Parts: sequence; C-alpha cells; structure tokens
Amino acid sequence: MSHAATAPTTSTGIPNGKLGMWVFLASEIMLFGALISSYVVLSMGSPNFGRPDTALLGKPLATVNTFVLITSSLTMVMALASIQRNRVKAMLGWLSATSLLGLAFLGIKAFEYHHKISEGITITSSLFGSFYFTLTGLHGVHMLGGLIFNAYIAIKAMRGTYNAEHHERVEYAALYWHFVDLVWVILFPLFYLV
Amino acid sequence: MSQDPHGHGHHELTFWERYVFSVDHKVIGLQYLITSFCFLLIGFGLMMLMRWQLAFPGTSVPFFGHLFPQDLAPNGVMTGAFYNSLGAMHGTIMIFLGVVPLGVGAYGNYVLPLQIGAPDMAFPRMNMMSYWLYLPGGIMMLSSFLMPGGAAQSGWTSYPPLSIINPGQTIWLLSMVVLITSSLLGAINFLVTTINMRAPGLTWFRLPLFVWAQFVTAILLLFAFPVLEGGALLQLLDRVIQTSFYLPAGLVISGVQMTRGGGGSVLLYQHLFWFLAHPEVYVLILPAMGVVAEIIANNTRKPVFGYKTVVSSIIFLGVLSFVVWAHHMFLSGMKTSLARIFMTTTMIISIPSVAILSCLVFSLWGSSIRFSVPMMFALAFLPLFGIGGLTGLPLGLLPTDIYLHDTYYVIGHFHYVVVTGTLIALMGGIYHWFPKMFGRRMNDFWGKVHFWGTAITMNGIFFPMFIQGLAGVQRRMYDFNAQAHNIGTTVAPAIGKMSLSELQWFCAVGLLIFQIPFLINIFYSLFKGQKTEENPWHATTLEWDCPSPPPHGNFTHDLNVVRGPYEYSVPGAKTDWSPQSEGAR
Repeated sequence: MSHAATAPTTSTGIPNGKLGMWVFLASEIMLFGALISSYVVLSMGSPNFGRPDTALLGKPLATVNTFVLITSSLTMVMALASIQRNRVKAMLGWLSATSLLGLAFLGIKAFEYHHKISEGITITSSLFGSFYFTLTGLHGVHMLGGLIFNAYIAIKAMRGTYNAEHHERVEYAALYWHFVDLVWVILFPLFYLV
Repeated sequence: MSQDPHGHGHHELTFWERYVFSVDHKVIGLQYLITSFCFLLIGFGLMMLMRWQLAFPGTSVPFFGHLFPQDLAPNGVMTGAFYNSLGAMHGTIMIFLGVVPLGVGAYGNYVLPLQIGAPDMAFPRMNMMSYWLYLPGGIMMLSSFLMPGGAAQSGWTSYPPLSIINPGQTIWLLSMVVLITSSLLGAINFLVTTINMRAPGLTWFRLPLFVWAQFVTAILLLFAFPVLEGGALLQLLDRVIQTSFYLPAGLVISGVQMTRGGGGSVLLYQHLFWFLAHPEVYVLILPAMGVVAEIIANNTRKPVFGYKTVVSSIIFLGVLSFVVWAHHMFLSGMKTSLARIFMTTTMIISIPSVAILSCLVFSLWGSSIRFSVPMMFALAFLPLFGIGGLTGLPLGLLPTDIYLHDTYYVIGHFHYVVVTGTLIALMGGIYHWFPKMFGRRMNDFWGKVHFWGTAITMNGIFFPMFIQGLAGVQRRMYDFNAQAHNIGTTVAPAIGKMSLSELQWFCAVGLLIFQIPFLINIFYSLFKGQKTEENPWHATTLEWDCPSPPPHGNFTHDLNVVRGPYEYSVPGAKTDWSPQSEGAR
C-alpha cells in the first residue's frame, strides 16, 4: 500500500485503502453501537440510573462544542476540495483549521469534565456518569486518533506528496474525521437533550 | 495483476524480514499455522489435566502434579479454583488462540490470496501486524497463570458478577482486547482482498467455496467482535475503576454488601457477549466447511452439488447468525415471548446448515471417490458435524433446553461441532495443502493411522458426554463424580468395569498419542517427503496454478479465469479437470 500510485487497478475500481477505511468504519459503528445501545437500554430499564438534573449538564457549552465540531467537518471538506484542485497551500490551511477546531473541541470537553467532576458527576458516581465518561472518553480517544492522522497528512502534504491526481489518503483522513463527528452528533442528543 | 511488478528487483531480504517480520501472506499464514498448533497443544494439555481430575478425583495428577505450586495443587491434587482456571483457559485458548487462528489466520492467509489469484493480501503490513498482535495477545493470556491470583476462573464466557469478583480476569480482558484488535485487522484485510484483488475473470460466482466461507467469516468477525470489545471494555472498567455497568445495587458477596452505586445489569454483558459468541460459532465452522468443500470436489472428481445453494446458504448463515444469540440465555431470565422469537430464528438457521451439509453429501453420489487422506478427514466431517449440529436442536428449543442447559450434553454438542467438525476438517486441510505449502507430500500410511486414531478417540471422549448430560451431570463441576460416578459402569461391560469418565480419560490419552504420528509426519515430510509438482491432486482452483511452494508474488504467469471453480470431468475435455485459468503460460 506504500505504492498506491503505481498499484494495479483493483477488481472494483475502488482503491484498497478507501475500501479498507469504509470497512474499518463499519466495525467502529458496531463498537459505538454496542455501547450506545447499552446506554439506551440501561437508561430506560435500570432502577437507579442516576441521571443528574438537566441544569447540571451544561447544555449551552455542549451545544457550542457541537457547532465547533460540525464546523471542523466543513473545513475538512474544504481541505479535500482544495487538494482536488491541486491547491496544496489552501489544503494545508483548511487542514490546520480542522485540527485547531478539533483541539478546541477537546479543550471545551476537558473544561466540561472538570465542571462535571466538581458537580459530583464522576465515572463512578452513577451509571449515567459511568456511561458519560466512558462514551465521551472513547470518542475523545478517536478524536486524538483523527488529529494524529491529520498531522500525518499535513507533514506529507508539506513534503509535496499530494496533488490533484494523487491524494487518496487525504480522503481517508476526511472519511475518518467525518465519522468521528457523526458519533458526536449521536452522543450529543443522547446525553444532553433526551 | 497476477504478476506483481515489485516482486522482483527487491533488495535481498534479511532473515528477520523473510521469516519473522515478513509481510508475505504465505509466511504469515505459516506463522499462524505453527503458533495455533502450539496453542492447540497447550489447550489440549489443560484439558488432559481436567480429564484426570474428572476420571480420578482427589488423586495426584501423574508426572505433573508435583510441579504445580502447593496452593494450586497441594500434594499434586488440584484445587477447585485451579480446575476452574483450567476450564476457563482451555475454552479461551482453544477458541480464540487455537481454532480460529488456524482456520482463518493460517488457511485464510495462505490459501485465500492464492485462490483468488492475488499476489498478496491488500494490506501486507497490516497483515503482519495482525499476527504480531495475536502472538503477544496469546502469550499475555498464558502469562495470567503466573500472575498473582492466577488465571481467569470464570469460564470462557466471563459472566459477571463472578468475573468482576474473581482474580485473574483483568489480564484475560486485556489480552482479549489485543486479540480482538488482531482479528479486526485480519477481517478488514480479508474483505478488501476478496472484494478488490480477484484475478481477471474471477467473478463472484466463480469463487471457490473456501473463499466464500472466508469472506462471510470475515464479515462476521468485523461486525461481531467490536461488540465484545465494547462489552469487555465495560467489564474492565467495572473491575479496575469500580464502575457498575454489570452490577445491580445492593449486591451481597460472601455476606458483605457492595458499596458501589449499582444499577447495572448482569444480563447486559450476556447479551453483548453472545452477540459476538454466536456468530463466533460460524467463524469456527465456516472455514472448515470451505475446506471440506474443496477436498470433496477434488476427490470426487465432479462439481460440488448445488454450488449456488451452498453460496447462498453461507450468506444466509452469516446474516442469521446475528439474530439467534439469545438462545444461549433462555435460562438467564427471559420473557417467554422473546424466547419464542429466538427459538424461531434458531430453527430457521438450521436450514442453511443442513442445506450445506446435504449438498456436500449429495456431491458424493455417483462419484468414484479417491480415498486420499484429506478425503478421509472430509468424509468423517460430514456425519460427525451432523451429530454436532443435530444435537444442537434440542438446545435451541426452550422446553428441552430447560433440562439440558449447562449439562455435559451442551459440552458434547459444541465439541462435536468444533472438534470432530472443525478440527477434523482443518487437519484434512493440512494434508490437502501441504504439497502446495512445501512442495512435498505427507506420508499416506501414517496419515491414515492419524486419521483413524483421531476420529475414534475423539468420539470416545465426546460421545459419553451426551449420556452424562442426559443423566443430568452439570458442566464446570470440579468433582462431578458426586453426581455421576457410576454412570457407565454397567453401560460398557465389554471393556470391564469402567466409568464413562475413565473411558474419556483413556481416549484423551489415545488422542494425544495419535497426534504423535501426525507431528512426526509433518516434520519428516517437510524434509524427506515425496516431491510433487504444481498440481499433485489434479485440482482446478487457482492455488494449484502456481509453483509449489509459491514464490514471492505467487503466480509466474498471467491469469485469465474462464470458468467456475469445480469443473471436473467435463465431457469432451482432455483431462478430468479443467483449471479455472486458461492462457499463456
């Protein structure tokens, strides 16, 4: 897969890496799906789920954070569009914007964690707390993975690896980034709005 | 595509690149083969210790008894806790480190790219990574015997609350996460390879059944394993940082009330676990069915009966295997209405299994069978897997399951499926593909000795389990002779006064002894076996269209697939086999 440019054409015409990324994301859906459905089942069925008062959850901040993340998806789309037009500098700019927004999301999340812990909502305080920290934590780890992927793409781009014809990995990074966003778009209403 | 352009002109590979950190699917396949055999032997050894305890409870384990630490086996007599660890580790090792890596890791890696005419897997480096996660994961699992508190004791299923209280479980969970990651990487690789790397002309309905079986297996692994990964993660948190995902409020353990928040559900884990573990059953059996189909087509010299029926049954099995999991939980507390749904789906899933088995049996009709060693294993698979499958039906029906649940009948059932089914087929696969792997044939006579000895002793171990189970003997009992000491003393007067568990012990010893000719045969044939050409079995599929053993990049000529996988005895053809690929050689 290091010779993606010279790789022979595949049976389906789709590059191996892209197919692999989609297949990987399918398994990720099952991982998050299992945990999210566990959360849903227990939140409906458990005799003491310990859901805190909505006022304690900090809904406004989480809403802002959701917007930050959705914006980062937009900038990621712009990064891919730029490289498709062979504009490497523009792509680097949009990619950095994506990563900065991702970091901002994690920063706000860290502040939220701090706030919640000071309110007495911890990973062991109640089932809600356990699920909240486990799921958002797992999502945060995936965000970190995305940031590392973006940094890798940025370094490669600065060395001039990508151009309009050959930029498969930028697309893979974008796919992954959008997926991680999408997970948050599901987690946000589950934890804050329902 | 068949001719890998960068197969030549590489820099000279060092020993480490060639044999240890190799990215060649064939070397990785052989690494899996050797490692999984080692784990199978280790798992078998654990089983021998357990069988000794069951046959002769309260007596010192011969030879090994005094090697164990005093707290595990005082004076060589194993304790109940040690017996529990042996049971849990036997199951875990056999399934996750033995049979699946053999069926999927070894044969899948070695044979699948060859059968689809690919130069290698889609992601060779990721392939190497799966192996190098599997081996450390396995070693980590074994190392738990040496950890303070010993190995896991809560069965291979690791049900809470027991698994959250018992020692040894943390390492089990961590190594499971490593092993699951390894399997996921493998599954992604297999799927992309099959979808994207097929030789020109190799359409979906020209794929050999082995490839179909591996393909559906990879889908099962891909979708089922992440769910267990999630379940294991929650259990790890329950153990390590005292959450209570699986623990109800006010749980009292040994008279002490737990101080955790509670509110969790033990059933949640069982659902997450069986959502993986039922598809896992098909992960165990599908590659074996694929191997059997290859061997039968080749040795009957005629096409597999109902190729499309078998393919659609494999797909149907894969889909349905995700909606039957709760039949493992009928007695865990389940609404009757829900049980009825799962009973129905379970009965439906038996249809494609029976369809596959029937097609394989019908393939024998009217053929002049070549009784080669691999064929004997494949033929033994048919009735023995049949017993395993049919004895599963009463377990899938709630009224009978109430009686049979958690008895030795269950153990007998799934060992018939996995051991006399899957393992027999995979052993046959060794004899079948050995000439491809090493360019030499295995010895026929010792192969037959291995076959008859193995088939008979396996039945001697597992068939009595049905009798014991129907008599009500519970599984996981440290000293079940309190229940069952006399079962069999009058059943088998011909072999003298002997309880069934003693018979099982002697058969287990026999099974061990009959693996010796097998191992010697492998090592002897590796160096001294009769040399073979490309296609010693006169087979049609693509793996026989490259040199034995295949070089780096596999095929030395361009492939052009023009027909289906099992075109044997085609009227008017020059030979009784018509290879899938035709073209310039």
